[in-house]
Amino acid sequence: MKFAVLRFPGSNCDQDCVHALNAIPGAPADYVWHKDTSLDGFDAVVVPGGFSYGDYLRCGAIARFSPIMKSVKEFAASGGPVIGICNGFQILCESGLLPGALVRNRGLHFVCKHVSLRVENAASRFTNAATTGQILNIPIAHGEGCYFADDETLLRLQTNGQVLLRYCDAQGRTTDDVNPNGSRENIAGIRNEAGNVFGLMPHPERACDPLLGSTDGLAIFQSILQS
Amino acid sequence: MKALVTVMPKPSVLDPQGAAAAEAIRHHGLEKIGRVRIGKVIEIELPEPADEKTLHEIARDLLSNPVIEDYDLKISEI
Repeated sequence: MKFAVLRFPGSNCDQDCVHALNAIPGAPADYVWHKDTSLDGFDAVVVPGGFSYGDYLRCGAIARFSPIMKSVKEFAASGGPVIGICNGFQILCESGLLPGALVRNRGLHFVCKHVSLRVENAASRFTNAATTGQILNIPIAHGEGCYFADDETLLRLQTNGQVLLRYCDAQGRTTDDVNPNGSRENIAGIRNEAGNVFGLMPHPERACDPLLGSTDGLAIFQSILQS
Repeated sequence: MKALVTVMPKPSVLDPQGAAAAEAIRHHGLEKIGRVRIGKVIEIELPEPADEKTLHEIARDLLSNPVIEDYDLKISEI
């Protein structure tokens, strides 16, 4: 399964994603420049983290109009797996591929630390290598990661099992104390209704090597490989 | 000719910047103020005549995000 890792001006986790994927057997990855228009030959798309277009206007607001995003929409519409990490999540929300939006952290600070995440639904293309209820240790690094959606959308996400990850404590409790950014219902990652587009604020590519303190991020990429 | 697009967070969206600014304003002596909201204003210099329909589309699709923000568009002669 060949992964396309998109590069926008200001992406800064693209190399981490390619490095992490290339270390996984069967997951070769290559860069795709945002001005390119083809995803031919790729089986999965990663929209990496960073600060595309300097986060001007809103995070992800300008990147969503990059030429490659038209191809990403077509790729997603044909059922191909797309994962957006951090700024990539913001871009997917801005482009309408995922519901809701990411706004400024409740505490106004940029938060950079390892967090505990509870897998809410392991019956997905992005979490099937984990188990429902499993706690993953993966870092976050963002200033605008507060997930917002209206009540109706939240209900739909919940009903369809679209919430895949929530911020939790070491025991798996999703309390407000461990919500790092004020996200509604502690949401850290959601998928679309069709199940092939996933966005999350945590960085699984930064948790794929024991040297980095956790290998829990592998579960996300391995899930894509298995599906 | 100019277009002024004002973008404000929807009332239901958390605005921690506004809350922090409100606290600072209270410390400056206006203790009884209500909620403070922080948005942004985008000024666009325009050729005449203004293409109001396209401006609305741009304000809605690019300059604001309807999930979290409302916009107001004003076109002025100066």
